[in-house]
Amino acid sequence: MSDASQAGPVLAADGTPLKKSLQRALRAQKLRALALIAPLLIFILVTFVGPIADMLFRSVENAIVSETLPRTVVALEDWDHEAGEAPSEDVYRMMTYDMVTAAELKTHTRLGSRLNYETTGISSMFRKTGRRVDDFGEEYTDQFVALNPAWEEPATWVALMAASTDPFAISPAAEQALPETASIYADFAKTIADTKGDSVTEEEPWHPVYLALYTDLIANPDAASAFSGESAALISAAAAAVPTFEVTTTKDLFVKADKGWTDPEVWGTIKAFTPEYTSGYFLASVDLKKSPDGIESLPEDRQIYMLLFKRTLFMSLMIMGSCVILGYPIAFLLANLPMRTSNLLMILVLLPFWTSLLVRTSAWKILLQQQGVINDILVWIGLVDDADRLVMINNQFGTIVAMTHILLPFMILPLYSVMKTIPPYYVRAAKSLGATNWVAFWRVYFPQSVPGIGAGCILVFILAIGYYITPELVGGTTGTFISNRIAYHISSSLNWGLAAALGTILLAVVLILYWVYDKIVGIDNVSLG
Amino acid sequence: MELPPYATTGQRIWHYTFKVLCGLILFFLIAPIVVIIPLSFNAENFFTFTPGMLAFEADAYSFKHYQDFFSNPDWQQALVNSVQIAPVATLLSVSLGTLAAVGLSQDHVPFRRAIMAILISPMIVPLIISAAGMYFFYSRIGLQGTYVGVVLAHAALGIPFVIITVTATLVGFDRSLTRAAANMGADPVTTFFKIQMPLILPGVISGGLFAFITSFDEVVVVLFVGSAGQKTLPWQMFTGLREQISPTILAVATILVGISIALLTTVELLRRRSERLRGMSPG
Repeated sequence: MSDASQAGPVLAADGTPLKKSLQRALRAQKLRALALIAPLLIFILVTFVGPIADMLFRSVENAIVSETLPRTVVALEDWDHEAGEAPSEDVYRMMTYDMVTAAELKTHTRLGSRLNYETTGISSMFRKTGRRVDDFGEEYTDQFVALNPAWEEPATWVALMAASTDPFAISPAAEQALPETASIYADFAKTIADTKGDSVTEEEPWHPVYLALYTDLIANPDAASAFSGESAALISAAAAAVPTFEVTTTKDLFVKADKGWTDPEVWGTIKAFTPEYTSGYFLASVDLKKSPDGIESLPEDRQIYMLLFKRTLFMSLMIMGSCVILGYPIAFLLANLPMRTSNLLMILVLLPFWTSLLVRTSAWKILLQQQGVINDILVWIGLVDDADRLVMINNQFGTIVAMTHILLPFMILPLYSVMKTIPPYYVRAAKSLGATNWVAFWRVYFPQSVPGIGAGCILVFILAIGYYITPELVGGTTGTFISNRIAYHISSSLNWGLAAALGTILLAVVLILYWVYDKIVGIDNVSLG
Repeated sequence: MELPPYATTGQRIWHYTFKVLCGLILFFLIAPIVVIIPLSFNAENFFTFTPGMLAFEADAYSFKHYQDFFSNPDWQQALVNSVQIAPVATLLSVSLGTLAAVGLSQDHVPFRRAIMAILISPMIVPLIISAAGMYFFYSRIGLQGTYVGVVLAHAALGIPFVIITVTATLVGFDRSLTRAAANMGADPVTTFFKIQMPLILPGVISGGLFAFITSFDEVVVVLFVGSAGQKTLPWQMFTGLREQISPTILAVATILVGISIALLTTVELLRRRSERLRGMSPG
C-alpha cells in the first residue's frame, strides 16, 4: 500500500511503468494485426494497384522521341518553328544518323506511328525514308573508296576507331578529332552486334558513316594529328582530298524520299514531342492538340472524346435516375411488408443480382431485337405494325434498359437497409397530428431515406460509368461508353498512351466518387444482400 | 401495408396502384431471366416463341441446344477452363482475405481506413482499367496468356467480396470466446481454427461464393489477361453474342441461372444461420 502514497508513475507487476508496458502491449497487438493483413495487402498492391499505376504512367510517358532520335532532338533545339522554314542541313544530317540506326533496329516505324497520332502522314514518311536511309551518303563512300580502297576494309575502320584496350569501345583520340564519325560508328558497332551478332571487324560501315567522316574532315582538316602510323596517313590524305569532293545535301535526299520533310509542321511536331513527359495524350482525350504553335482544338469533325465523355455521363445519370425511380417503391415495399412476405420478394431482387451478367445481357439482346419477344407481343396486341417493328437494340435505349436492369439490385439493397432502420412511429405520429398520407411520407419518411438514395446513387453511378460488356453488346454505335473506346485503343488501334489518358480521367472521376461514398456511407458498411 | 378499414376511395385506389406498380417493377426484374428458360427448349433456331410453343405442342420443344452445348468442343473446353480457374482463384482470395479480415477486426489497426480502401478498390475501379493495367503488367513479366495470370487476376477481383462478408460476420463475433480459449492454454493458431473459424464459417463460405461467382462470371479481365487457352464460359458467350448468336447461348444461360439459384439459396441459408447464431451468442 506504500506505492499508492508515492508520487510518480504507476508501476506494473514487473516493475516497469504501467504506461510503458501498456504501450508495449499495444505495439505487439498492432504488429500482429498488421502481420495478418500484410500478405493480402502486398498481394493487392502487386497484382492490382501496381499494374494500374504503371498503366496510368503511360499516359504521360513519351521517351520514344528522344530515345529514337537523340541527335536530332539536340540539333532541333536551336531551330525556331516560328520562322516557318525547314531546319538547317545540320538537322537533316543528324536525322540521317538517327534514322539509319533506328531503321536497322526497326524502331523507326514505332516512332512514326507515335508521331502520326499528332500529325497525320508522319508514319508513311518514316516508313518510306527508313527503307532508303541506308543509301544516304553513298556518294561519299564511293569517293572515299576511289581515293583509297582501304576505306572499304572493316579493318581500317577498326584501327581508326577502336580503343587499343577494348575493340568495342571508341578510342578517345577518334572521339576528339572526328566527333560525328565516332558517334555514328559507335552506334553502328553496337547495332550490328545486337541485331546480326556480327562484329565490326567483318562488316563494312554504313554509308552515313562516310558522310560523317566527310563532315568531320571539312570541319577539322587537322584531324590526322590525333592519329599515328597508317591511320594518320590515311586521314591526312583524305583531309587533303575532301574539299574537292562532290557534295550532295542530305536535305535533298530526305525530300527525294518524301516531300513531307520540307514541311516545318513535321519538324515542329518532332520538336514539340521531344520532352520525356508529355501532356499530349491528355490533350487528345479532351479533343485538344499540341501543335508547334501551342495548344489548339481539333477540327470539328475529329472531336469525339468530349462527346463520348458527355454521353457516358448522360447515360450513367439516366441509368441512375431510372434505378432510383424503379428501386425506391420496391425498397419501400420490402421494408414495410411483414418479414415472411418481404423475404420471399427479396429473392426476386437477389436472383438477378446473382445471375451472370452475360445471361442478363443476352436475355435483353434476345428480348429487344426486332424479331424478339417484345416486338412480337407488341405486334400481337396491335400497338406496332408488323412492317415497322421498333428498333430497341444497338442504340442508347437498349443500353439504358439493359443496364438499369443489371444495376437495379445495387440501388434496392442500400435503400432497403436504410429504410429498414426508419422507425414506423414517426410517420404514425405525423398522421395523428393531422398530416395526410402524402405529407407524412414527403415531410417525414422521405427525408429519412435520403442517405439510402445517396448511397445507392453513388454506387450505381460508379458501376455504370465504367461499364464495358453491356454497352459493347447492346450499345451499337450510339450507345457505347468511354470504356469501349479505351478497349478499342488497347486492342485495336494500339494507341496505349491515349487509352491510358482516357483511363486516368475515368479513374479519377470514379475515385472521387468512391471517396465521397466512403465519407457518406463508409466502405465497411457496403452490404451484399 | 395493410389498408385500414376507414380508408377513403382515393387511398384505396392509390394503395392498389402502388401494388400493381411494384408488381410491374418486380416483373421487369425477373421476367428477362425467366423468359430465356422456355426459349432454350425451342426446337427451332429462333429466339422467340414459335406458334407451336405457345400451343404447348410437345414436338415444338427439344433438348437440341443442350445437346449442342454438351457435344461442342468449344463450349466444353470453355466449361473446363471456367471450372479450373474459378475454384483456385476463390481459394486464394478466401485464404488471404479471411486472414486479413481477422487482422482488420482487431482493436488497434493503424491506417485501418486506408488499408480497407485499398483492399476494396478492385470492386470499385472500372473493370476495363483493371484489365488494361493487368494486361500491360502481366505481359511484361510473362504472365499474360497463362493460367497463373488469370487466376491471380481473378483472385484480386474476388478479394473485396471476401473482406466485406467476413468483416461483417466478425462484427458479431464474441471476442470473449477467444480470450477464454487463450485462458485455458490454447495457442493463437488453435484458437483460430477451433473457436473462431467454426463460428465465422458461414461468412467465409458466403464470401467464397461471391468470389467464386465473380471469377466464374468475369469477362473483361480474362479477355485481356487470358489467351485462347484460357477461354472461359463467359468469354465464349461474349464472342457468341458479338459475332453470330446461336441458340446454344440460351441453353448455357439457363444452366448458369440454375447455378445462380443454387448459390443464392446457399448464401441465404448461411446468412440466416449466422444471424441465428449471432442472436444466441451473448453480447
